Amino acid sequence: MTATLNARPARAEAGSGAPAAATGPARRGRRPQRALGSTIGVNGILVLGAAYMVLPILWLVFAATKDTKDLYGTGAFSFGDFSLWSNIVDVVTEGDGIFLRWMANSVMYAGVGAIIGGLISVMAGYAFDKFEFRGKGALFGAVLVGVLIPNTATVLPLYLLGAAVGLTNTVWAVIIPVLCNPFSVYLARVFSAGYVPDETLEAARVDGASPLRTFFSVGLPMLAPGFVTIALFQFVGIWNNFMLPLVMLQNRDLFPVSVGMSLWQGYAVPQPEFTPMVITGSFLSIIPLVVAFILLQRFWRAGLSAGSIK
Amino acid sequence: MTIRHSDRPPTAAAAARRRIPGTGGRTAAIFLVPFFSLFVVAMIAPVVYAIGLSLFAQKRSGLGFGGAETVFVGLENYLNVLSSETFVGGFGRLFLYCLMYIPIMLGLALVFALLLDAIVTKAKRAFQLFLFLPHAVPGVIAALIWAYLYTPGISPIVSTLAAGGIQIDFLSVHMVLPSIVNIAVWEWTGYNVIILFTALQAVPRDILEAARVDGASELRSALSIKTPLILPALSVTLLFTVIGTLQMFTEPQILSKATTAVTSTWVPNMWAYDAAFNRNNLPQAAAASIILALLAGLLSWAVTRLSSKGRTR
Repeated sequence: MTATLNARPARAEAGSGAPAAATGPARRGRRPQRALGSTIGVNGILVLGAAYMVLPILWLVFAATKDTKDLYGTGAFSFGDFSLWSNIVDVVTEGDGIFLRWMANSVMYAGVGAIIGGLISVMAGYAFDKFEFRGKGALFGAVLVGVLIPNTATVLPLYLLGAAVGLTNTVWAVIIPVLCNPFSVYLARVFSAGYVPDETLEAARVDGASPLRTFFSVGLPMLAPGFVTIALFQFVGIWNNFMLPLVMLQNRDLFPVSVGMSLWQGYAVPQPEFTPMVITGSFLSIIPLVVAFILLQRFWRAGLSAGSIK
Repeated sequence: MTIRHSDRPPTAAAAARRRIPGTGGRTAAIFLVPFFSLFVVAMIAPVVYAIGLSLFAQKRSGLGFGGAETVFVGLENYLNVLSSETFVGGFGRLFLYCLMYIPIMLGLALVFALLLDAIVTKAKRAFQLFLFLPHAVPGVIAALIWAYLYTPGISPIVSTLAAGGIQIDFLSVHMVLPSIVNIAVWEWTGYNVIILFTALQAVPRDILEAARVDGASELRSALSIKTPLILPALSVTLLFTVIGTLQMFTEPQILSKATTAVTSTWVPNMWAYDAAFNRNNLPQAAAASIILALLAGLLSWAVTRLSSKGRTR
């Protein structure tokens, strides 16, 4: 609002320091009605957009409470016999509790990938930001090329190489590739430039701390919000990954929940009684992610803005 | 891509840093070795191996005994892949898909971002969260949800339309591509809304204030001031959308179990998967993957060039 100082004096009343929302209606008599109309219009379109985004998820919630008969027989947003609990029991007891095993696998792959992969990326991004060395431009160029190559384009080559060295169908086949995330390195460099002032590191160095020690006791704590953002994005990316585990794993005990659900979906074609299990399993598998997104809003906002603007 | 760092002029701090011991190459190596070892193992080595593999093929020896042997065939696999009708057809579908998906998704994202930024909008944070929520749903689950929402008998959409006298088979040969576009729009619009909205927040408020004082309506300043100012963010979202489109695999793979309209070689990625696991032709699968990676690189390069040109104009 300080800009009003430069505005022509005759119109300066338009921004006399009041909050922007309150300045509009004062100018002309017709203004309040038009503002009311556009308020309804603008918010109305947003409500429609929000409904489009939320209703399919809501449908899943309602569908998870129904047995096969009610799925076909009752309205989409009404309850039938409320079979949620028996559906959940069916899901977790099927195949000696294989669903829980898939969930645990997903948590393990995504957790390890997020924390260790995140740390590796933060270290690299920090080095690109804080250190000067020969070949820095070329190495960072390689990182950027890595950002631009689609993940799925390297999945089959990874499988072919993995098969040649006998690593397919092991946990390593799905963990090692996801530890390497060039986009996280790019984000980490942006965060490091923003969060860690060079002077602090210089002070730590004068105090006699080694570069590694400085990183872990000074740099990393300052980068903590950036680390959480990067780890969150990696967690979600790995949890959502489908093609890599589908290609790499044959042993269903190693499946993450995404591949498991697609396996059950295949069963449901000849056996319709699997349909409520696919729906309830899908519902259970998105709960951790939706909760994480709602609780960690601050961090995904930070990641999306750092990734695009800077 | 707007990469701020590579072209940033060296600041005084950076110049001073260069003289400080312990910030040079040897120290940097400790921090960079973990990432770049993984980079070599997980990105470079597989691609190099796949290129190598794609230059060979299994051939029967001339007299028919001794089984198959591996012989060097040069670019023959690439020619075979590129002349395969199903592979090229997959690209045709991807192209049609892009024509529908990119304008709809980015257009919606821009509209929602501008609306969120409008002064009269209430409950901005809640709307952002609702719009973003589908992105928290994994692609597999999103495809499963919509597959059911397209299935007659279960779907409330199909039954509502039928009650209104409209019969649409979302999973028919002609409708399945728009149906997949809808799934992708649902998954990605909110994500891009947040990126564009964050960019809008960075638009200097005094410019907008000046426009308002000069009598520009909010709609006018949204279209002629805000939108041009966030073109860099728009081009980043366009770049990542184009890269993402080439990756298409999950949604059609899931829908292929719900409808026969989606074949096992429906898009290039599925073609490559099918080559590796159903046709057992690993060299062709390798060649197809390399073609996809090259094309992605080429497209990214083109989009980056175009958008940086647009900005300097």
